[in-house]
Amino acid sequence: MKLAYWMYAGPAHIGTLRVASSFKNVHAIMHAPLGDDYFNVMRSMLERERDYTPVTASIVDRHVLARGSQEKVVDNIVRKDKEVTPDLIVLTPTCTSSILQEDLANFVERAELEANSDVMLADVNHYRVNELQAADRTLEQIVQFYLKKANKKGELPEGKTETPSVNIIGISTLGFHNQHDCTELKRLMADLGIEVNEVIPEGASVHNLKNLPRAWFNLVPYREIGMMAARYLEAEFDMPYVDITPMGVVETARCIRKMQQVLNQQGADVNYEEFINNQTLYVSQAAWFSRSIDCQNLTGKKAVVFGDNTHAAAMTKILAREMGIHVVLAGTYCKYDADWFKEQVSEYCDEILISEDNGEIGDAIARIEPSAIFGTQMERHVGKRLDIPCGVIAAPIHIQDFPIGYKPFMGYEGTNQMADLVYNSFTLGMEDHLLEIFGGHDTKEVITKGISAGSDLNWNKEAQAELNKVPGFVRGKVKRNTEKFARERGFSEISLEVMYAAKESVGA
Amino acid sequence: MTTDQTPQSLEFECETGNYHTFCPISCVAWLYQKIEDSFFLVIGTKTCGYFLQNAMGVMIFAEPRYAMAELEEGDISAQLNDYEELKRLCLQIKRDRNPSVIVWIGTCTTEIIKMDLEGLAPKLEAELGIPIVTARANGLDYAFTQGEDTVLAAMAHKCPKEAPKVEAEKEERNAISKLLNFGRQKEDVAAEESEYVDHPPLVLFGSLPDPVVTNLTLELKKQGIKVSGWLPAKRYTELPVIEEGYYVAGVNPFLSRTATTLMRRRKCKLIGAPFPIGPDGTRAWIEKICSVFGIEPKGLDEREAHIWENLEEYVKLVRGKSVFFMGDNLLEISLARFLIRCGMTCPEIGIPYMDKRYQKAELDLLEKTCQEMGVPTPKIIEKPDNYNQIQRIYESKPDLVITGMAHANPLEARGINTKWSVEFTFAQIHGFTNARDILELATRPLRRNNSLKDLGWDKLVKEEAKV
Repeated sequence: MKLAYWMYAGPAHIGTLRVASSFKNVHAIMHAPLGDDYFNVMRSMLERERDYTPVTASIVDRHVLARGSQEKVVDNIVRKDKEVTPDLIVLTPTCTSSILQEDLANFVERAELEANSDVMLADVNHYRVNELQAADRTLEQIVQFYLKKANKKGELPEGKTETPSVNIIGISTLGFHNQHDCTELKRLMADLGIEVNEVIPEGASVHNLKNLPRAWFNLVPYREIGMMAARYLEAEFDMPYVDITPMGVVETARCIRKMQQVLNQQGADVNYEEFINNQTLYVSQAAWFSRSIDCQNLTGKKAVVFGDNTHAAAMTKILAREMGIHVVLAGTYCKYDADWFKEQVSEYCDEILISEDNGEIGDAIARIEPSAIFGTQMERHVGKRLDIPCGVIAAPIHIQDFPIGYKPFMGYEGTNQMADLVYNSFTLGMEDHLLEIFGGHDTKEVITKGISAGSDLNWNKEAQAELNKVPGFVRGKVKRNTEKFARERGFSEISLEVMYAAKESVGA
Repeated sequence: MTTDQTPQSLEFECETGNYHTFCPISCVAWLYQKIEDSFFLVIGTKTCGYFLQNAMGVMIFAEPRYAMAELEEGDISAQLNDYEELKRLCLQIKRDRNPSVIVWIGTCTTEIIKMDLEGLAPKLEAELGIPIVTARANGLDYAFTQGEDTVLAAMAHKCPKEAPKVEAEKEERNAISKLLNFGRQKEDVAAEESEYVDHPPLVLFGSLPDPVVTNLTLELKKQGIKVSGWLPAKRYTELPVIEEGYYVAGVNPFLSRTATTLMRRRKCKLIGAPFPIGPDGTRAWIEKICSVFGIEPKGLDEREAHIWENLEEYVKLVRGKSVFFMGDNLLEISLARFLIRCGMTCPEIGIPYMDKRYQKAELDLLEKTCQEMGVPTPKIIEKPDNYNQIQRIYESKPDLVITGMAHANPLEARGINTKWSVEFTFAQIHGFTNARDILELATRPLRRNNSLKDLGWDKLVKEEAKV
């Protein structure tokens, strides 16, 4: 057992549902107790979805516990088949069905005989994988299912498309800014003269999956979802894939160069150098921003980055490599894929933190006292408590992270959005100086910061008055550093003298 | 099924139970705030945790006094010892938060693996020195607000059995009463006591926000009725004394287990009344309590009339309109009864579970209200089927659908006004004063869509959904 207040990645079935409901006309049936269909609420709320979420539950109740599901699951599948005539029904196990150990595969076989749609059992185990791993696996499973089916029927289309083409794999519902990223990637492909063959799973029809092998290569923009499908397509159809996330100026260029290489190997003869150069220097504003005097003020400022693999790794590289910001700590909650993360960021940060424990991350932030945090909604709340600004770069996310306006994180427009996000998260340069010169404009009382610690030290009147003169946004830091200094040297009261001594010693 | 087949009698049906509602563990969200010295430990899986974290939104960040004991594979396959594991976590909770009670919420998983929480609790309680209350609020058996019912039923067992002996604690009690009445003359205090009619002790059950508790308590005080205690109280250490023969009354329609426990295990007498939701319900609630104690209620006519007068601007908006309850929180009967009294019609009341005994008085009032307002009685659908309901909604085109969030946006996109049902659970809706809040909620979609009505933006999906 684990005491937990918060979790970064959801349970496995959420991943399966995200993939299933991203496809058009695919229905998921959860084998779950009443109340587990919370996914529908999230999709309806966060994505502001106009259509009913194609997810229903085959309810597990007391009777099921006593006698097994028996006909119930099969009946529910057949019923849904009649009601909404989906192309595919995905039977989705939950934590409950994982321990009931009912023979769901058998239900699927029986339902298949009666239903017009295809029926499939999602191959995910609640206790072994999380939301992201399950999504990755389910996508592979569906792709595999339809390619095998087409192969069997002899319906696999021959050969490649005439002009270079790509499948974009891994865009899904409830993914962080996925819709905007998808639009931006399509735009990028159009600029590069690459035809988009299929985008999966978002908005795709399972009937089109047989066309996947017609693309020249696959692009997997997110590390978490799509890699398994891409590897399957590589193994089975000899399709190369590009798994460099085009996030940030340097990485976008690297991704484009890799695509160029992959295409040229297949005889395309393309050269994107001119395009990259033009975009980087004159179209995207990010490179120019890095050079501008605004960004100078960010030099050496401390930042902490935490999130999923894709976004945390990309952000760390952008901050360190493109903006000269000092990333003290970069971390991910994708424990199962930690090696990849370490390899990606090790040269761009001082420390790496691999953890699913929010308390640990909160404490690390309190210890480091960065000028800005780039993390999930949870880190944003840590930042609120510590009075440190936070830019949200990864799920878990709230409704405000599903903006209506166009906000991609990928491609060249994405670099602009990132620059804004970074710049707006730090206290603005001039404001910073002016506050120091004029002693700050806020008169907030000092509150004890740090994730849990209270203060046991007395500040005498003069020292307290002096402390109050320190600008609000650094006051907590000065206070903590002074107290740390006093504690180490055994002072019980903090006077002006102690305060100045501390300042000299630690540069508070 | 009622055997009485007069044309106006209520009709009950039961569907498939394929409907959307919150998991009953959601009760920790309001109960941990209500019971200030408690700590709620939900013993379940990531699925439970994910639900709580998302459903409770921002609340999770204000240092919640609840957590998940997340079960891992080793717990499921009994490689780990439940007792040792729970002891480890509860010690940690004791150390970090020092609560006066730890409430264990059993979930679907603990049911399936048959973890004996009720058996483990007393042992661990003795070892830790903190009371442990066990409630099985799981999705196998219950829906949404019924979670509170399971917790309160478990707490009913923990209420002190007898009032502290007056003699033994005379001095201390005097000290306390001195403190409470400080500065006031003895005669004033006596006078205050004399404001109450002499009646057997009355304990109310149901978790309500403190302002509503005060409000209802004062409402009864006006009739000379003294509320001896509430289950739950603000703090666990203040749970009311419940002796054999006490009278109890429920304030919410979903508390049937608690009512049963109080009657059977604590030998209390249940006052079966409509629930104090809406001015009509509040009045009927007070009248029923008065009648049990042989008190002639005073001033209720004017009080109710006055409230209705103040509500007129809202009632105007709903009069003659129809409302459809998809059903997910068991408040449906009371809300429908109130809205029918406001002049609405109601073709269907969906409800997760219908206790016809506990809700008897409320059902009678609903029937009576329909007769008096001259509208057909609604069909009450227990364990509804959301898919079928949506087809019925398309057919009958109600002016307002009260539904869960899973269906609200899709219905709005099809030009159907909706109100999110969960808001009725969290808003203050009890008593005379809060009737306005119910209508504020119920009319909000109508008022909003009134201001949009000329824009031609009713249907925002391209094709109608397949029927």
